[in-house]
Amino acid sequence: MRFHPKPGWLIPERDATPESHWLNRRQMAAAMGLAGLAHPLLAQTDPAALAPLKAKRTISLGEDLTPLKAVTSYNNFYEFGLDKSDPSERAGTLRPSPWTVKVGGLVHKPLTLDVDQWIGKLSLEERLYRMRCVEGWSMAIPWIGFPLAGLLKAVEPLGSAKYVRFTTLNDPKQMPGLRLPALDWPYREGLRLDEAMHPLTILAVGLYGRRLPNQNGAPLRLVVPWKYGFKSAKSIVAIDLVERQPLTSWNQSQPSEYGFYSNVNPDVDHPRWSQSTERRIGEFRKRPTLPFNGYGEQVASLYRGMDLAKYF
Amino acid sequence: MARLNAPPVWLKPAAHLLAALPGLWLLAGWAELLWLDPASLRLSADPVAHTHNALGLQALRLLIATLAVTPLFRLSRWTPIMSLRRPLGLWAFAYAALHLAFYLAMELDFSLSALWREALKKPFIFFGLAAFLSLLPLAATSTRRAIKALGGRRWQALHRLVYVAGIAASIHFILRVKGFQPEPYLYAALLILLLAARLLPNRKRPNRAPQPTA
Repeated sequence: MRFHPKPGWLIPERDATPESHWLNRRQMAAAMGLAGLAHPLLAQTDPAALAPLKAKRTISLGEDLTPLKAVTSYNNFYEFGLDKSDPSERAGTLRPSPWTVKVGGLVHKPLTLDVDQWIGKLSLEERLYRMRCVEGWSMAIPWIGFPLAGLLKAVEPLGSAKYVRFTTLNDPKQMPGLRLPALDWPYREGLRLDEAMHPLTILAVGLYGRRLPNQNGAPLRLVVPWKYGFKSAKSIVAIDLVERQPLTSWNQSQPSEYGFYSNVNPDVDHPRWSQSTERRIGEFRKRPTLPFNGYGEQVASLYRGMDLAKYF
Repeated sequence: MARLNAPPVWLKPAAHLLAALPGLWLLAGWAELLWLDPASLRLSADPVAHTHNALGLQALRLLIATLAVTPLFRLSRWTPIMSLRRPLGLWAFAYAALHLAFYLAMELDFSLSALWREALKKPFIFFGLAAFLSLLPLAATSTRRAIKALGGRRWQALHRLVYVAGIAASIHFILRVKGFQPEPYLYAALLILLLAARLLPNRKRPNRAPQPTA
């Protein structure tokens, strides 16, 4: 990569250009035949280079946020490699714009959404959520997004729809990690319909005030704050309402370790490590893990009467 | 055969340096993190996990390097290489000990009873601990005096525990990862290759001194 020192008179392109054009620059570049050149400007892994988003903070958190640099350099996104540093180093090949998401399955009004257009039309919310990885570390992240419930209502689920399945992009050209059989691709995740409709469940399109960096699941990902991080599928291309509990990638790969529900639960250990504590990124000592990642008051009622050690 | 047994002067220092380097890198990373730049990402955003993993991986690599010495000698007939067996083995033990100490300190609050409980409950921990406990008597008997005290034959029999350590460490690594990941299997394959090489007939036996080489 080359670095050019910026002269003082240079204003960022985003300030000199109408934002709609600026947001469109990738399509324009593609039209000019530049898409295949993997120019660093198109790489979308540098969070500072991403388009700002307007959002109203609706949920705050009385905890220090995890620094942006950590949020964007420490990622599990096996589509780009198995190391935590791989996504930030390699996800430049992902082209998050233009991007369409098909919302369908058991619905009255299936939709195909153009994410860029859609973001312009929505009133976005900023929500500060804890994110607990199944591996025993956690972050606090300011997401920007909107409740999934609104989208699901818009497509009008049929009475037979009981679950929602999320599917991640499956294009080895954009995601070189798909060539390794780390999981059964494409990455699939799922929620029960009432979990998906819960007001805490959002589709995120940004973090820290800007569009999602590629390594964090651009352009659109799920965020379910009371479940282990892997439930929050990234770079989603399809959302389907289905009748039966869908097969999900991690559950398929090791059913004894990754349950369908995967609610954060300090009392149910992973077979290989304890889940009772976690290390907040940036801290050295571990802290206790909270039931439902601290969102028990809002979500525990979804699981009333269920044996959470059995349905882990 | 010509007496070329004295190892070249650079051989051992080079091995020590190579073995120490990853540890020095971690030390430098921690020094930067604690005194220069608390936001440094040199050791990733989770320096504790990074250090823990790096120590374990380095222990396994050095263990495999130790186990490679004899087959390499048999291939090359270059006697000086045998002088690397002890330093590499001791370095492997040192990294394994730091790896375990780090786990005890950061995850278990120095509780040996918690370690025992975890080892009995989780095969992943059991194999890791088994690897370390197999290396422990080897490190303790790595001196010439210990070889004399035990007698060459018994010493050699004891030191076959290194095979147990290698196998246990490989299983520990295989059990560590999520999903299907090739890396631990590559290490295991290398280990199997090195163990299998020992089963081949050793054609030219070198003129043995009465005492086994350390």
